[in-house]
Amino acid sequence: MSDLDYRPKSKVGQWFNDRLPLLTLANHLTDYPTPKNLNYWWTFGGILTFCLITQIITGLTLAMHYIAHADMAFESVEHIMRDVNYGWLIRYIHANGASMFFLAVYIHIFRSLFYGSYKAPREIIWIIGIIIYLLMMAAAFMGYVLPWGQMSFWGATVITNLFSAIPLVGEGIVTWLWGGYSVDNPTLTRFFTLHYLIPFLILGLVVLHIWALHVPGNNNPVGIDIKKPSKDTVPFHPYIVIKDGFALLMFMIVFAFFVFYAPNILGHADNYIEANPMVTPAHIVPEWYLLPFYAILRSVPDKLLGVVAMLSAILILAVLPWLDTSKIRSAVFRPLYKQFYWILVADVLILGYVGAMPAEGLYLLVARVATAYYFLHFLVILPVLGFKEKTLPVPLSITEPVLGGSPNLAAARNKESKME
Amino acid sequence: MSEKKTKRRDFLFTATTAVGAVGAAAVVWPMIDQMNPDASVKALASTEVDVSALTPGNTLTVLWRGKPVFIRRRTQEEIDEARKVKMEDLIHPEKDEDRAKNPEWLVMLGVCTHLGCVPLNDKGDYNGWFCPCHGSHYDTSGRIRKGPAPLNMEVPKYEFVNANTIKIG
Repeated sequence: MSDLDYRPKSKVGQWFNDRLPLLTLANHLTDYPTPKNLNYWWTFGGILTFCLITQIITGLTLAMHYIAHADMAFESVEHIMRDVNYGWLIRYIHANGASMFFLAVYIHIFRSLFYGSYKAPREIIWIIGIIIYLLMMAAAFMGYVLPWGQMSFWGATVITNLFSAIPLVGEGIVTWLWGGYSVDNPTLTRFFTLHYLIPFLILGLVVLHIWALHVPGNNNPVGIDIKKPSKDTVPFHPYIVIKDGFALLMFMIVFAFFVFYAPNILGHADNYIEANPMVTPAHIVPEWYLLPFYAILRSVPDKLLGVVAMLSAILILAVLPWLDTSKIRSAVFRPLYKQFYWILVADVLILGYVGAMPAEGLYLLVARVATAYYFLHFLVILPVLGFKEKTLPVPLSITEPVLGGSPNLAAARNKESKME
Repeated sequence: MSEKKTKRRDFLFTATTAVGAVGAAAVVWPMIDQMNPDASVKALASTEVDVSALTPGNTLTVLWRGKPVFIRRRTQEEIDEARKVKMEDLIHPEKDEDRAKNPEWLVMLGVCTHLGCVPLNDKGDYNGWFCPCHGSHYDTSGRIRKGPAPLNMEVPKYEFVNANTIKIG
């Protein structure tokens, strides 16, 4: 049933819906036709929504006990851990929740890369997604500063100093960001304010992300355009709701493992030492989810160019829909792209690994090669591949290969037309 | 009539937009400027340090404006090493004579010019300082010699108030 034809059954419903069509929206979300071949990699959108809501709820409750002041922040976090009822649980969920959020977002992004979900007509969905990702990094970074431990303080110092690389106005910008001549109380209070604000900006963008998704509908593992609704689709409820729900349960098992059995494994012991502006920890490392970009930053020996390379590595994703020249979306039908895709996955993992290691000797060399390859993938391999690659034949519908049982497309097509 | 007859309206439109833009900017500026260092932060501009206990070959680290300041009482060897370096070998050429007016005393911000970490004393390939964050090496004059930092460690404004006291800022 199309959204325009929808009419609530009850008189009250009709009265309400004529004035504010919320029931039409609910009906749209329930009936939303979804490709019937979506696999579990497609469940991460729902998982991410769960992560965002979890972070907002636990964040709000932590904010009731946290004190954003350089002299009291560290103690107030310990107070949350020791004195506040279930404070340890709420904080561990929030801290590990950030890692879980990034784990899910990386899977979500790499799903898009594999199945070409960023390609026309879904460029806007993709770009909004990249903006959400950038905001997530900003929120995560500022949140990490709030406990005011050694890593908080020095992480904040290093990251804000990235802006000093900007010619002429850089130093002025850094002083402005700090509200002083070093990271101090004014920096902490504004980071707390922004850390509080950003999740709501993300929430707004998530609405746009889903709205933009509902215009063309979901991409699917075969990567072809499908008729909606048709025998290639199933309604969102109950089919996708149940599938997403099951995946979410599995995800929560992993989440709970970290919260209850290894709550500090993803953090740094140094952050349980209060911030000290006189001493830099021996080895400053960002959280794991930022390591690949940190490796890129360190692999360039020039300060400004290092910052430019790091930012480009993220922003290059925004123009990906135009860098990938192939008309075929899914890697299933792109034998060469499929291989380069896995090389990219390995490349990013390697960057993450060397990002955690000291920037010297072999590690530095590996970081440089991996950085060069990262850009090579997006700037050379992808554009060229679209023209050179010999792709496999793409089925006409999702149902076709299933009914045809296979390589014999003609037979399948024949059989399908008889059924109609 | 094909002639443009909207001149008066064009003028009003442009003038209104311009005044509106100036008004908006006037309101936005305080919102931006409130983030700059406030009066209480600026008030902590200078600090006095007693250096009488410092022996040659040692460094005192003090906090000034939230940043560490290294006060190094250099040995003759360190001074000689710093002074014999050729300008061509420096990434950011500065004479040691200009950095340490009184050669025995080197006063500078203990902040790596790369991304702001505090370098470690008596470390690195040039017997000066080494930044553990991203591997910048500084010499005995606090000049950058190797690594990603673009500049020498900054020498703040300072003076000897008397033989034993340095006033920074």
